[in-house]
Amino acid sequence: MNSQKFDHFVRRFVDLILLPCIGLGIVLVLWSISSATWAKELPSPTKTWEASKPYVVEPFAKRGEMDQGILRFTWYSLQLVAKGYVIALLIGTPIGFFLGLSKTFTKIFDPLIQILRPVSPLAWLPLGLVLFISMGKEAGTYGALFTIAICSMWPTVLNTAVGVRAVPQDYLNVGRVLKLSRWKTLTTILLPATLPYMFTGFRLSLGISWLVIVAAEMLTGTPGVGGFLWQEYNSLIYEHIILSIIVIGVVGFILDRLMSLVESRFKTA
Amino acid sequence: MSSFLEISQLHKTFPTPKGPLTVVEDFNLKIRKGEFIALIGHSGCGKSTVLSMIAGLADISEGGIILSGKEVTDAGPDRGVVFQSPCLLPWMTAFENVMLGVNQVYYTASKLERTQIAEYYLSLVGLGDAMHKRSSELSQGMKQRCGIARAFALSPKMLLLDEPFGMLDNLTKMELQDVLLDLWQRDQKTALIVTHDVDEALYLADRVVMMTDGPNATVGDILEVNFPRPRNRKQLLEDPAYYAAREHLITFLEERSHHRPHRPAQDRPPAAPAPSAGGLRKLFGSFAST
Ligand SMILES: Nc1ncnc2c1ncn2[C@@H]1O[C@H](COP(=O)(O)OP(=O)(O)OP(=O)(O)O)[C@@H](O)[C@H]1O
Ligand SMILES: [Mg+2]
Repeated sequence: MNSQKFDHFVRRFVDLILLPCIGLGIVLVLWSISSATWAKELPSPTKTWEASKPYVVEPFAKRGEMDQGILRFTWYSLQLVAKGYVIALLIGTPIGFFLGLSKTFTKIFDPLIQILRPVSPLAWLPLGLVLFISMGKEAGTYGALFTIAICSMWPTVLNTAVGVRAVPQDYLNVGRVLKLSRWKTLTTILLPATLPYMFTGFRLSLGISWLVIVAAEMLTGTPGVGGFLWQEYNSLIYEHIILSIIVIGVVGFILDRLMSLVESRFKTA
Repeated sequence: MSSFLEISQLHKTFPTPKGPLTVVEDFNLKIRKGEFIALIGHSGCGKSTVLSMIAGLADISEGGIILSGKEVTDAGPDRGVVFQSPCLLPWMTAFENVMLGVNQVYYTASKLERTQIAEYYLSLVGLGDAMHKRSSELSQGMKQRCGIARAFALSPKMLLLDEPFGMLDNLTKMELQDVLLDLWQRDQKTALIVTHDVDEALYLADRVVMMTDGPNATVGDILEVNFPRPRNRKQLLEDPAYYAAREHLITFLEERSHHRPHRPAQDRPPAAPAPSAGGLRKLFGSFAST
């Protein structure tokens, strides 16, 4: 029995630690070889670590507008993402509901959505800056929010619509037999039944908002991980590009995991 | 006595890619107040379709349904429906599912009174201990019980049950049939149950309405079931009339359901020829499993 427990432990260790470490090792080796051979400008892993150390060891330091600890930058970025994301949900969820409920609404807006959906954040951002040009200094921030919101709301819109359409007719029949009012039907039947789909949309939307932030900060020069990355590229400190990429990836991963946790709680409903 | 529910010349036509399909045609039926009617017929003949038109959940293509003097145009809590699948709202507890209806119907009652009504019906169907469990955690039989409690708690004029026990094991089925009969007798409802099960129809109903096969399904025959109430399964099984009635229903399903009747079945006398002993044994052989 004890040996069975041990076996289980070993298997988990191999699955969760050893095997992922092998993947990491392979990338580090390829990275080192590349920086030593064909990509001379690419800093090696050790050089990257040395140059990144002050930003990682003192993650919340503030030495200047564009010279701050990496987590401090991340925090700025997260705040911006949160605002844009909330706007996306507040606009996207009702649109999704209307699409799911009304065939006419779908016929009017679905083609438009299908055309706007694949447009890249890099294309939206200039439009955002133009739209909020009257905001003066703040135009960058508003433009970035606009871009995050419009790029990240589509998964929420589409998943909510699918969810509303998938509500079993039986549930709606219960509402009809009980003569529930429209509002009551919405809050007691439609909304809870759609929730699992909505949260799938919310998770995908969060992933996209985080993807967009970097592009938005790069072009507007707002302080944040993306802004930092772009600035360090311009100042030829390539180690910090890699540091930023790693941080962006890890944060994105954590956000996705957190949302999956929330999502799975609703999936069981 | 005038009829409580009157279905006249009911038609249901579905649009299909191959043109309109008339599923139910010239369906006529009168139900007295307090009567228990069973509707049997082959799968897909249109039993659920008829039931949902009475419930007001499906549009009536032609003809009409009059329930205690008023034409049926929409669904409403005066007709409690127990659906073919229990379809409780899975994110609510059993209690909340019943409460949803109680709150709608007894909106003038106090919160305490409403709670008591819900609890009363839930304990009647045997969910007294499990009423605060989420309905997604209930077993199939418990869900079905809750569905019955939900329908009864509305205190409807009429109960419409669509194969409510179809998915249950025999033991639970028998128990719930008794719960249903008990509630029906206590509250003096009018009830219509759709079923595949000949024995269930005979145990529960005052009249068994047999539907012909679809498309263009209609009332093929009606059998009066005059066993005294309260009924007792064991006594029923000892009654020769039971087997006669059973044979009548099975013969209909096996042979006569394929033909539309030439004249309305409404007024036919309950013809129940006594089966021969050989026929009986054959019956038991093939239907022992149902
Ligand atoms: N929306 C629809 N469109 C087209 N045909 C339909 C539709 N709904 C039902 N039908 C057809 O109507 C017929 C009757 O269906 P119904 O569900 O009433 O049968 P049923 O007697 O309740 O069968 P079962 O005993 O299997 O539940 C079926 O042949 C079905 O294919
Ligand atoms: Mg059916």
